[in-house]
Amino acid sequence: MKGIIFNPVLLKELKLRFRTFKSFSGLMFYLSVLIIFVSGFLLVFTEFSLTGFFKPSESFMMFSVISVLQMGLVMFMAPALTAGSISTEREKQTLNILLTTTQTSAQIIVGKLLSSVAFLILMLIAGLPLYSIVFLFGGVSPWQFITMFFYYLVTLIAIGSIGIMISTLTKRTIVSMIATYGTMVFLGFITLFFYFIGLSLEQLFIAQNPNTAPFSPITYFWASINPGVLIVTLLSPDIKSALTESVGISFPNWIIYLIFYVLITALSLTIAIRKLRANMKTNR
Amino acid sequence: MIEIQNLTKKFGDFKALDGLNMTVGEGIVFGFVGANGAGKTTAFSILATLLAPTSGDAFIDGKSVVKEPQEVRRIIGYMPDFFGVYDQLKTDEYLDFYGACYGIPERERKVLIPQLLELVNLSDKRYEYVDLLSRGMKQRLCLARCLIHDPKVLILDEPASGLDPRARVEMREIIKHLKAMGKTILISSHILPELAEMCDEIGVIDKGKLITQGNVEAIQAQLQGDRHITVKVLNEVEKTVKFLEEDPFVSSIEVMEGHGEITFIYKGSKEEQMQLLRKAITAGLSIYAFMEEEKDLEDVYMAITKGADTK
Repeated sequence: MKGIIFNPVLLKELKLRFRTFKSFSGLMFYLSVLIIFVSGFLLVFTEFSLTGFFKPSESFMMFSVISVLQMGLVMFMAPALTAGSISTEREKQTLNILLTTTQTSAQIIVGKLLSSVAFLILMLIAGLPLYSIVFLFGGVSPWQFITMFFYYLVTLIAIGSIGIMISTLTKRTIVSMIATYGTMVFLGFITLFFYFIGLSLEQLFIAQNPNTAPFSPITYFWASINPGVLIVTLLSPDIKSALTESVGISFPNWIIYLIFYVLITALSLTIAIRKLRANMKTNR
Repeated sequence: MIEIQNLTKKFGDFKALDGLNMTVGEGIVFGFVGANGAGKTTAFSILATLLAPTSGDAFIDGKSVVKEPQEVRRIIGYMPDFFGVYDQLKTDEYLDFYGACYGIPERERKVLIPQLLELVNLSDKRYEYVDLLSRGMKQRLCLARCLIHDPKVLILDEPASGLDPRARVEMREIIKHLKAMGKTILISSHILPELAEMCDEIGVIDKGKLITQGNVEAIQAQLQGDRHITVKVLNEVEKTVKFLEEDPFVSSIEVMEGHGEITFIYKGSKEEQMQLLRKAITAGLSIYAFMEEEKDLEDVYMAITKGADTK
């Protein structure tokens, strides 16, 4: 296991990543968005004056909005970092040489994934000082903060795995990027759209059958795998109860989210590892 | 050391390799000759475990590329026909990365890298970024990379392609050095005379099949039926031509006006050729040179593949 995690591919990727201006500009872009948002929020709520107040409830609101924003940025950056990881090697004609070394497919894939994940974690850590402004004003518990970061991590590893899988399956980086961003759009927006369609159908059904209690597991599933919905329900118990009541299911949505994204990660990595090299034994 | 057994590779309906059979002994430098699309790169890719054969198998040092690809990777060094390098990586870091990929401990890598750079004459480029090196230097660096885990077998696909004459000579010298180190080398090239200089044996591949295999001299001898002979005379060109026309094995006589040079094709045996020369001297012809044109590998290749086409 140690050999799979601390492998030469990871070390080389980290070295190369921090030698390019692109990485630093990406980090700068990320922090700039956060700075603009936080300072804008503070200015609006203090009414652009030094005598304005900033209440703990408003601090919590800022925390909520930053959390959603940060999740959005993670979803936006992760495909850019992972969707080209294997296809770029293929395009640069370095992949064949790497595949003839004794590195296992698992080592190569995990090395690529961890280097991207490490960079995203660095981004999240770099944003911590801005994030911690909310602690100045109260209203947020450290536990909420830790939970949020845990879900960022789960999400970015899953998205990274999807990106690497698509990058392994496609020959060109541009195709891989489009497919990975397409998957992000599906997880971030289409699932929400499916949830609202399911909810409308459920309400229509209940209107026709007034004595029936709502029960719609598929609609709940779509809402449960949406990262935005997860963040909002984690932060607001009211929204969470509204969601569970609307579908008639009280099973915690974070468990569904966790299971779904862990499965997606495992499936994506398995496919990527199996498809990286020619399958000598079965391709006969 | 290398044994290819009935290797077939299909891409849809196209057969890139069609039942290829071949054996290469230990310590041999084997030249793989063939036109574009003949199946050289496909065969090399299968040997390098990058491509799965449709049927058949190949064994390197007794290890099957199909059943034991990981074991095969330990004993081969592969240099593809086209390859890229990582930007932002220095020459020694490049070698260090691949050394780590083969599981060589860091302490050993630190000793190995200067030695390998010395071998390929790149010691002065140790701290240069790899993408800034010339093509010839990159080719040599790639060869050093192939050697980092001390493989028994080197599979070099067109190592001299795209190089200028000086870089080709340097590459040839390195390969000779590796041959002296006892490596088994499988090498493909379009520059056939170069192969003749470097290789102990050659194999000619056409349309996915091995047409012939053997040492360079033996293959050249296969084609000695039609010998091109040049005769130089001081004077009496017409008399010499008349003399040659009387011989039943002489044909296609051509005279280079003003040079006293006559070329012709001779179809007789070596003994009959010797008799022809003896008779010419006895007849008092002013011959001062009697030369048989050496066929180079290019002629051999053209003749063999032409023969395969007509079969």
